Amino acid sequence: MRHIISILLENEAGALSRVAGLFSARGYNIETLTVAPTEDASLSRMTIVTRGSDEVLEQITKQLNKLVDVVKVVDLSEAAHVERELMLIKVRATGKDREEMKRMADIFRGRIIDVTESTYVIELTGTSAKLDSFINALDAGLILETVRTGVSGIGRGDRILKV
Amino acid sequence: MMITGAEIVIRCLQEEKVEHVFGYPGGSVLHIYDEFFKQDQVKHILVRHEQAAVHAADAYSRSSQKVGVALVTSGPGVTNAVTGIATAYSDSVPLVVLCGQVPTHYIGQDAFQECDTVGITRPCVKHNFLVKDVKDLAVTLKKAFHIATTGRPGPVVVDIPKDITANKCEFDYPKAVQMRSYNPVVKGHLGQIKKAVQLLQEAKRPIIYTGGGVILSDAAEKLTQLARRLGFPVTNTLMGLGGYPATDRQNVGMLGMHGTYEANMSMHYADLILAIGARFDDRVIGNPEHFGEEQRKIIHIDIDPSSISKRVKVDVPIVGNVPDVLDEMLKLLDEGFKADAGLADWWKQIDDWRGRDSLRYKQSDLIMPQFVVEKLYEVTGGEAFITSDVGQHQMFAAQYYKFDKPRRWINSGGLGTMGVGLPYAMGVRFANPEAPVACITGEGSIQMCIQEMSTCKQFELPVKIINLNNGMLGMVRQWQEMFYSKRYSQSYVTSLPDFVKLAESYGHVGMKIEKPEDVEPALRKAFTEYKDRLVFMDFIIDPTANVFPMVAAGKGLTEMILAEDL
Repeated sequence: MRHIISILLENEAGALSRVAGLFSARGYNIETLTVAPTEDASLSRMTIVTRGSDEVLEQITKQLNKLVDVVKVVDLSEAAHVERELMLIKVRATGKDREEMKRMADIFRGRIIDVTESTYVIELTGTSAKLDSFINALDAGLILETVRTGVSGIGRGDRILKV
Repeated sequence: MMITGAEIVIRCLQEEKVEHVFGYPGGSVLHIYDEFFKQDQVKHILVRHEQAAVHAADAYSRSSQKVGVALVTSGPGVTNAVTGIATAYSDSVPLVVLCGQVPTHYIGQDAFQECDTVGITRPCVKHNFLVKDVKDLAVTLKKAFHIATTGRPGPVVVDIPKDITANKCEFDYPKAVQMRSYNPVVKGHLGQIKKAVQLLQEAKRPIIYTGGGVILSDAAEKLTQLARRLGFPVTNTLMGLGGYPATDRQNVGMLGMHGTYEANMSMHYADLILAIGARFDDRVIGNPEHFGEEQRKIIHIDIDPSSISKRVKVDVPIVGNVPDVLDEMLKLLDEGFKADAGLADWWKQIDDWRGRDSLRYKQSDLIMPQFVVEKLYEVTGGEAFITSDVGQHQMFAAQYYKFDKPRRWINSGGLGTMGVGLPYAMGVRFANPEAPVACITGEGSIQMCIQEMSTCKQFELPVKIINLNNGMLGMVRQWQEMFYSKRYSQSYVTSLPDFVKLAESYGHVGMKIEKPEDVEPALRKAFTEYKDRLVFMDFIIDPTANVFPMVAAGKGLTEMILAEDL
C-alpha cells in the first residue's frame, strides 16, 4: 500500500540525513521525499511517499518517532487529505507540435512559463497520477527534460499537524 | 567569568558527577587533556586503543548504574571507537562519547585526522551532535547525558572541533533540558496493564520471558516479586541473565539458540508469554514463522515502542518503564489470586522437559570448557562479575555460570563483538573496585584487544583472564563441522603466542592448565594467592567440545539439537 508520511522535524543540519539514513538502513523504500522549512523557521516539514504492509508502516512510524530530531509523524493516507506534486517539463515545440503542446498544456491546466523558438517549459501541478498521465499523453520523443518535486500533502479540514 | 571550551567540558563532567573517563589523547583533544591535567576530580583512564576505551566505558555502565564516558581524538580516534559505540548501541548502554574534531574552519577540507564523525556514527548512536559554537557546548553536553540515560538508553556522540575547546564563554550548566522532539514515555497505559493482569490470572501455561531491559532499568527486584507472586516459570535471554535468580526453581534457564531444552519448549508451548524488556530477536525465537504456529497470547512491556510487534505480533503492548509497569501489575493482581493454583500440570510438563538435563556434557581426558566455567562458579561462590568475549566460551559462560544478581554478566549480546572481554573487565573493575572480575574468553577473541594487558598493569587491575584455548575459532569451527561438512576454512588459529610468557612480559601472572584435575586448584590459587594480580589462565581445552543445545539458524525453537542426539 502507498502511504504519505508527514514529518515535522527540527530544522537542523543533519536532520534530513537521519531520516534518509533510517530508510536505507532498514530497507524501507522512498518513492518521493520533499522537505522545506515551515512558517516556524526552527521546524522543517517533510513529506515521504513510501510503500509497505501495515506492519512495515507501523515500524516506519515508530522508528521515525524514535529519531531525536523528529517532533511529530503522521500517516496522511490514514484519513482525508489532499496531495499535490509540481512538475516542470521542457518539450520540443516546433512546427505542428508547437500548437499541439499548447493545447495539451491547456487540457491538463498546465502553464507555459518559458518560451523559446523551439521549446516550451510547462508547469503542471496535481496528483502524481495526473503528472504521469500528462507525460504519457505526450509524444515521448518531444520530451526534453522533466523535473518533479515529489508529493506534498496536507490533511483536510481540522486535521492539523503542528507543534 | 569566561572559560575555555576545554574547561567547560571538564566542568560539565564534574557537574554530571562523572568519576572516570576512558580515553586516548590526540591533536584535536589536546586542550581538553590539558584541563584534565589541572584537576583530579574526574579521573582519566588511559587505554591502549580507542576501541577499548569505549568498551571499558560501556562495561563501566553495564556493571553499575552510571553512564559511561569515553574521550577520543578526531579521525582514526573516532573510527577506532566506532566498534565500541556500535556494540553499546546494540545493547542499549548509556554512553557519552566525546570526540575531538578538526577546527570548524577546516571541516570539509580533508584536513589531517578529519573524518565525518556525525555521518560515520549516525547509524550506531542514539543521537549525535556537532558543536559549532562554544556557547552551545554546555547545553549540548547536558542534552547528551539526558538522551543517553533516559527512555531506551544508548550511546550519544558529541563531536567537538578543536577551536571550540579554545574559544571562551560564560559557563552555565543547565539543571535540566527540555526538548520538544524528545519525550520518552515512562508510565505504562493503565488500561493495557489491567488487560494484561487479567490475562496473567487466566493463563494455564504461562511463561515470563525477560531480556536486557530488566537489567538496564534495574527492575530485577520487581520482576522477582512479580514472578514469585505469580508462580510462573521465568526464562532470561542472554542479555537478561541475572534479572531473575538463576538458582531459583522457577527459572528454567536461558532460552534461544543455545538455551536449555526446558526454556525453549516452555516458551514455544506457552499459552501466554509475558515479555519484559526483550525483543524476540532471531537468536531467541529462531524462525518467526515456526514460532507463530502455536496459538498464544503475548503481553509485551518495553520502553521502546519500536521493539513491540517488530518480529512477532503482540496482543497487549505496554510501552513504559519496566519497574513502574511491574509495580502497577503487582498492585492490580487480585488479592485472592493464588500462585501455582492452576499450574500444576504445566509445571509437571516443564519438569519433564527439565529431566532431559540438556546441559549435561561428557567429561574427557582433556579439560572440558564447561567444567572450567562450573569450577569458576564454585570458586567464586557465584559472586564474581563475569565478562566474556564472543563465541563458544561466551555460550558456555552463559549456560554454566549461574547469575543470581543483575549487572554481573557483561557481554556483547547484540552486536557480538569479539575483543570486548578484557576491556569490559577493566570497566567493571573501575565501577566496582573491590569486586572479583573474571573475563571468560578464547584464544581468538582475547587477541583482538590483548594490548589492554598494558592498561591493566598501569592501573593494577587484578582481572582473571580465563582463556578457554582450543586453538580454534570454536564457534566458527562448530558451524563448519555441523553445516559445512567439516571443511574447516580459516578456523584454526596457528602461531599462538605463549600466553604465559606474554602475560609475564606485561608484568602479570601467567598459568597454563592442561589437566582437568588442575583446574580447580589453579582457579583457587588465582583468586587467593594472586588475588591482587592479573592472572592470565591459559586452559588448554578439548578442541572438539561443542555448544548444545543448539537451534540452528532458520530453525524453530523446538527443533533443538541436543548433545545426547549425537
